Order: sequence, then structure tokens, then C-alpha cells
Amino acid sequence: MMPYLPHTEQDRNDILAEIGINSVSELYSDIPEEILLEDKLKLNDSLSELDIKKKMKELSDQNHDLTEYISFLGAGVYDHYIPSVVNHIISRSEFYTAYTPYQAEISQGYLQAIFEFQTMISELTGLQVANASVYDGASAAAEAALMSTSINRNRKQIVVSRSVNPESRKVIKTYCQAADLELVEVPLCDGKTNKQELADVVDEGTAGVIIQNPNFFGLLEDLSELSRPIKKAGAVFITAADPVALGLLEAPGNLGADIVVGEGQSLGNPQNFGGPHFGFFAVAEQYMRRLPGRVIGETEDKSGNRGFVMTLQTREQHIRRARATSNICSNQALNALAATVYLSLLGKKGLQTVAELSTKKAHYTAQKIEKLTDFKMTFSGPFFKEFAVSTKKDKTELNDYLHENNYLGGFDLQKEYPELQNSILLAVTEKRTIEEIEKLVSLLEAVK
Amino acid sequence: MSKENQLIFEKSREGKKGCSLPEDELSTMEIETLIPEKHLRQKEPELPEVSEVEVVRHFTALSHKNYGVDSGFYPLGSCTMKYNPKVNEDAAQYSGFSETHPHQPQKMVQGNLKLLYELEQKLVEITGMGRFSLQPAAGAQGELAGLMIIKKDLKNRGVSDQKTEIIVPDSAHGTNPASATMVGFEVREVESNERGLVDIGQLKELVGEKTAGIMLTNPNTLGLFEEDILKIAEIIHQAGGLLYYDGANLNPIMGKVRPGDMGFDIIHLNLHKTFSTPHGGGGPGSGPVGVTEELARYLPLPLVEKNEQRYVLDNDRPDSIGKVRSFYGNFGILIRAYSYLLAAGAEGLEQAAEDAVLNANYLKEKLKTEYDLPFDRICKHEFVLSGSRQKEQGVSTADIAKRLLDFHIHPPTMYFPLIVDEAIMVEPTETESKETLDHFVEVMNQISREAQTNPQKAQNAPHNMVVGRLDETEAARSPKLRWHPEQ
Ligand SMILES: Cc1ncc(COP(=O)(O)O)c(C=O)c1O
Repeated sequence: MMPYLPHTEQDRNDILAEIGINSVSELYSDIPEEILLEDKLKLNDSLSELDIKKKMKELSDQNHDLTEYISFLGAGVYDHYIPSVVNHIISRSEFYTAYTPYQAEISQGYLQAIFEFQTMISELTGLQVANASVYDGASAAAEAALMSTSINRNRKQIVVSRSVNPESRKVIKTYCQAADLELVEVPLCDGKTNKQELADVVDEGTAGVIIQNPNFFGLLEDLSELSRPIKKAGAVFITAADPVALGLLEAPGNLGADIVVGEGQSLGNPQNFGGPHFGFFAVAEQYMRRLPGRVIGETEDKSGNRGFVMTLQTREQHIRRARATSNICSNQALNALAATVYLSLLGKKGLQTVAELSTKKAHYTAQKIEKLTDFKMTFSGPFFKEFAVSTKKDKTELNDYLHENNYLGGFDLQKEYPELQNSILLAVTEKRTIEEIEKLVSLLEAVK
Repeated sequence: MSKENQLIFEKSREGKKGCSLPEDELSTMEIETLIPEKHLRQKEPELPEVSEVEVVRHFTALSHKNYGVDSGFYPLGSCTMKYNPKVNEDAAQYSGFSETHPHQPQKMVQGNLKLLYELEQKLVEITGMGRFSLQPAAGAQGELAGLMIIKKDLKNRGVSDQKTEIIVPDSAHGTNPASATMVGFEVREVESNERGLVDIGQLKELVGEKTAGIMLTNPNTLGLFEEDILKIAEIIHQAGGLLYYDGANLNPIMGKVRPGDMGFDIIHLNLHKTFSTPHGGGGPGSGPVGVTEELARYLPLPLVEKNEQRYVLDNDRPDSIGKVRSFYGNFGILIRAYSYLLAAGAEGLEQAAEDAVLNANYLKEKLKTEYDLPFDRICKHEFVLSGSRQKEQGVSTADIAKRLLDFHIHPPTMYFPLIVDEAIMVEPTETESKETLDHFVEVMNQISREAQTNPQKAQNAPHNMVVGRLDETEAARSPKLRWHPEQ
């Protein structure tokens, strides 16, 4: 039996006696007999801790993980370095075994940390107000779309660029369908949002427009230029950002964005097969009362001591119920805490360095690959840490060959963009060395 | 500002750094030649500059100002704050799991896919549903996915224009009505009767052509089993509606009765409640959504299938509602739930359910003398007291909560469900010993007696926390939501 149940049989009997009943089954006597289970559940027998570890290790060993591979795979989840401190802090059980800080005075640690998190996200995005996190980057974008329809009542159209991460576009689509919103995709032009098409589709019916920068292909979108037709139509300008890029690139809030969302995994969170990660969500001040999710604010006690509480709660489901700004309750607090520790360790210079190293190494990789006869850059614009290359070689063979040599190649773009049938997307972080990059290039060259 | 209250930003000094990064092997490359000036940041973000030791001390100090299940009793009703087994934490950190990328070729991540597949099977067995998607990131997102499934099914049946209403009990959690609205449904509230259960008479009046479905949790948020569940299912099904089960309260009935057998069509689970995964200080959780066989075609993409000895992701499901979250959900949390189920087995789950119910009934019996108990019956995993007697003496439920902090006990859920005045919702869970429960009873009874003799004690609580009672009203009136450099 699992050791997490402290009662002895004696305890159980004592408790039954105190309640004044003879058996536990009396506690289930209010359940209609015809649905009470007759048989035991068909599950495994209880395992000892040692056996659990063996079994879990066995399962995890059936994966090929990235400690054995040199990874150039990104497409939304990145192999950035995570300093040891991060895991040590988030493994403190006062943090990870707590829940939502409903009782502020006994939760000051977490509340302050999230207040610091909100400040950091606000600084990175250039918008005044950030919430305490949402589930992930994709649902953050979807929530932003819904929020734009609450800002622009009566407008029923959401516009999204095809250069937005396909995972996010799928989630946006699901949310929009449920909310009976029309979703329009803006086509690509050389891997970026087609400006003319964008200007053509955005009108008085458009509630919000979603642009990602750097976009899914790593390319830099011209946010201020794109913002013009959006502002003109009175639509909400939503941008999705890579938070590491924001150590180097201009804050979207300074380029016209009304809402900035993004996937926060890169900030101190392991890749974890896609989760848990977290989504961040920042808005211009005038929209703060429309935010989804928790928000932490500073206040004082009677003696004037600084303290932190959950605030603006009248937006939320537990108070506003059917008229809440969102249904979100549990968020991704621990992942946001990891990001807060990560950003504290790196500081403004460190984050910039990570962004710059990734940029330089990505460009170095691109320059080398471009020189290979069977490869060329798919697109021409400036990019950050990720880029698409097209090849005449067979992509499956290419990726298999890389695997055999313990390299993990890029994302096959054809899966999401049928027109890019010869292209793969390569991501290069600060973790890659010149030696590894050169090896990649020679493997790409060597494959038949 | 005293030093121990400083924000990390206030500890910042130019030139300090908390981690070492790899050398720049490309120092001759200039960023300005790679990225056009107009894209570059004009002003550095105000991130703190602090040394590694200072960062560690800062966050360690913050952890000391926080309280988790490992710190002590945490009877937060509806949240199932059971112990989070440490072996699960270790397993989730095996690099074989944590260092895998969601876009890796499927043949490289067979262990992950197998875990997903087997976890789904286990959840199917425990709940009596047909299939599950493990994608939703929390209970509320499971609800959202479930309601999208209802909507899609109505559409396919050609009745979506007509069936526009979701019925929700007045005792329901706030996420239920909020989720229904997000999917475009109108929310109709059904009242609870004097026994704390759905009022069947009123339900019959509410149900009609417009009924798309009902959302219930059973046992409900009062901790009471909805005895008429089969009748409710019949009423809703006859009207062409579907039954949605909010699985937040599954803990006390595992191995005893299954939502699938009660007539539910769709359900979500909260793995961070029932299956012992940590609450993370607010998340991450995980909210798998399950459905009957008939509705399985609508589940979010992708599902995991087994082909002979290989596990594959099935994205070819044309009727699916799509994706509600990227990739496969909060995978790290799924690992922990799987590991918990290995420890529990069938017997452990049932024992956990029984002990949760025993503990709740024990506390209820011990506390009902000093506190009002509006629904005095056998409960399941939790029960709801009313602090209205204490309130008359000048001690509100909020005061009781703050006074509990003085004893280093996390307060129960307060002021929920909304149908009980001065509600105090207590969920001890199965992982608490009799000694802990007895101590809680003593403290609660002391607080109640104090309300008569010395109400100020509670009114001015807490007395020994790092801060006194905080002014939430002022925080909402003039929101300060971030630090500013000039502050
Ligand atoms: C009864 C009930 N339903 C739904 C939820 C929402 O779950 P989550 O916080 O995981 O989104 C909760 C959680 O607090 C709950 O107690």
C-alpha cells in the first residue's frame, strides 16, 4: 500500500466510532446501489517506491532525449541553457506544494515573486500591465483574440498572420470557433506577413490582429508598419513575442502593440515534451480590467508594511462567474517563478547576451549552410535565432542521417506549410558551439 | 524600506550578474550587421543585476514567507491539497522525459507516448468513460474543451441554434458558468434544495428545448452526493442535452462509483487534485477531458494510438474540436499522475477515497457543535460550515481565516460555495493524520470560543505573519501592478 496514507487500522476504527457508525460503507450509503461498483478497478497492484523508480526510468529510457543529441530543433520550444539555481529554487516545497495565494499573509513569498515577474514582463514587452501567467503561448494568443472582442464589442473578426506559429494558430482557431468568431489568415510574402493583404482584410469588422515577431520562421516582422492599417481600422494589435528576443529587439509596446503575449518556456523551463511551460500576457494600462487570469498588486497592512495581494479580482470567474473576462483559474505559476529566477540571474545584460549569442550563432550556421551546393535560404529577410533552408536532398534521409550521428535536425516545414515542401526550420541557441555547428554543416553536406 | 522587504530590483547594482554564459566565439560578428537598427531595442529592460548568491538568498527568503502542503495542514476546500509524493518529482525530472522536444520524431519518444497511452487507459478505467485527451492544461481548460465538444455535437445533430442553454447549479464553481459563456452558451442557474442537492422540481422547469446540457460535480461543492443523479441524467438526456462532470471532486469516490456509470457524457479531471500532482503555487495543473465512446471523435488533437508494438500520434480526426493547447498538455504533470497511480494501484485509490471521506466526516462531527452546519448529513471529501454564529459576535469568516494563520494552519476555502452564508469549506484529504485533525479541531474551537470572549483577537489577526492583514480594497482601487525604478 502506498505510504501516503497515515492512518492505522486503529485510527480508522476510532474515527468510525467517533462518527458513530460501524463501517465505511455507511459513508457511501447515499449512492444509488445500482451504480456502486461491484468489482475492484482493473489497475496495477500498488508498487513500492523502488519499483516505481525502475518503471519510470525504464519508460524514460525508451526515449532518445536531448542529453544524447545536439539539437537544432526549435519551432516554439527552445534548447536554451537553464542555470542550476532555477531548479533548486522552484524545488523548494514552500513554493511548489502551495496553491493560489488566496490567503495573502501566508503567501507573501509567492505574491512578491509574481509581482516581480509582472514587472519583468512589463519591462520586456514595453506594456504597463502583465498578469500572473496563462497556460501557454498558444492559449495566450487565443485569450488575447477573445479579449480584443471585448474591447471592440460587436466586432466578430479575428485576423492572424500565417507566419504565426501553427500550434498557436490551431489553438486560436479552436477558441474562435467556440466563440463564433470569424478567423481570417493573412498569407505570406517571402516568409513574412503580406502587408498589402493585411491592409486589405482589416476593416471595421476586425476586433484584433495577431502578428508574431520574430515570426515562426525566425524572420523579423516590421511591427510599426504593420500596425498602421490595424490602428486605422480601430482593431486591437496583438503581438506574440519570444521573450529571449526581447533582450535584444525593440519592445513591441513601443511599436504599437496593444497586447503582447508569448510562450515563456525559453526563460528557464525545460522542454518537457511541450509542457508545462507558461504563457505571458501584457496589456496597455487602459485594458487592465479586461485581463484574463490572476493579477498581483502591491498594498500595505495597517502599520504601513508593504505587502502583496491578488487584485482586480472582480474580473475573475470566482466572483464574476458567467460574466468573467476568462474562465482561467489555475495558471502556470511555478513556470512563471522559474522565469523570474532565470531573469534575475541573467539580468538585463545576460538576457541580451543570450539573445546576441543565439543570433550570431544562427547567422553563422546559415552562412555556412548557404555555401553548400544543395542548400539555400528559403527566405531573404533579417532573422533572429531561427531560419528556414530549402534543400534538394531528401528530408527524411537527411534527418535520419543526423540522428545516426546524434544530431537533431530542424522542423520539417512541409508538415504545416505544404508549399514549403523542401524546407526545414533550424534553431540555434547560445548552447551550440562553433564545433557543433561545423559538424552539423559537414553532416548536411555528407548526406546523400 | 527594511532590507528583508526589498524587491529583487531594489537589490540591483550595475555590473553584477548571477550566471556565467558561454564565451562569444564569434566576437568579430557585429549584431548591427545582422539585424537592422530599427528592430533593435533602444532602451535596456530594467531587469535586476544581482549576483548568484543574492538571487538564491532572495528567493529562499521568499520561500520562507510562503506555505505549502509540506509546511502543514492545508484544508482548502475544493482544491484537494493532498500530499505530493516526492518520488513523482524525481521521476518527472529524469532527463529521458524532461529533455525531450515535442517535435521530435515519434520513434524517438516512444516512452513518452507509451506513458500518455497508459495514463489514458487508467483514467478510462477509473472514470468509466470511453476515451480521454490529456491536453487541457487545467480543470477550467478541460471544461472549455468539454463544452466545445457539446457545441460541436449539437452542430452535427443540427440543433445548435436551438440548444443554447447550459444549466449550472447555484453551488457550482465559478469556472463552470465562465467556461459556458466562453463557448457562447447562456447560463441558467438551478437552485439547491434544503438538502443541498439539485432541486429536481426546479430542474424540470428549467429543462426544455433550449437545454444543451448541465454541468455538475458529484459529490457537489457542499461535499454531498447528488443522490438523484440517475434521475437528473434521465431528465437531461430526454431533453436531448448532455451531462458534463466537473471532476474536481472525484477524490472521495474512486473505486466506489464512476461518473461514466452515473450517466455523464463528458468529464474533466484535475490531476493536481485527485492524482496528487503539486499545485505549484497556482499551477501548473492538468485537466484531461474524457468522453463516452460516441463523443470520442470530437476530442482535441492528437490522441495516442497503439499499432502493434508502436505508439503513434493520431492527428487524422476530422471531427475533432481542434487543439486547446499546444502539443500534448502539461506533460510533466502527466508523468507525476502516472507515477502516483503506480504507487496507488486499485486498492490504494479506494483506500485514499475512503480515508478522505472518513477524515471529512470526522472533522464535521467534531466541529458542528461550535459552528453551524447547514447540511447535517453524511458528507464525502469535504463539508461546508457557516460562520454566521461567530459573525453575530463580530468575528467574520475572514477573521477566522486570518486567526488560523496565527496557528500556522492554512485556512479552509472561505465564502464558497456562494449559497452558504459565511461559508467555511473544509477538505482535509486522506493524507492527514488523526493527530493533525484533532489539532485543527482544537484550534477551530478555540477561535470560536474567543469570538465570544475576545473578538478583537480574530479581528486583528494575523498577529505573527511577516505582514499584518493587507488592505485588498485599496489594492484594487489604485492598482500598483509593477515596480517602477523611481519608486
Ligand atoms: C469544483 C471546481 N471546478 C473547477 C475548478 C477549476 O480547476 P482549475 O483551477 O484546475 O482550472 C476548481 C478548482 O479550483 C474546482 O474546485
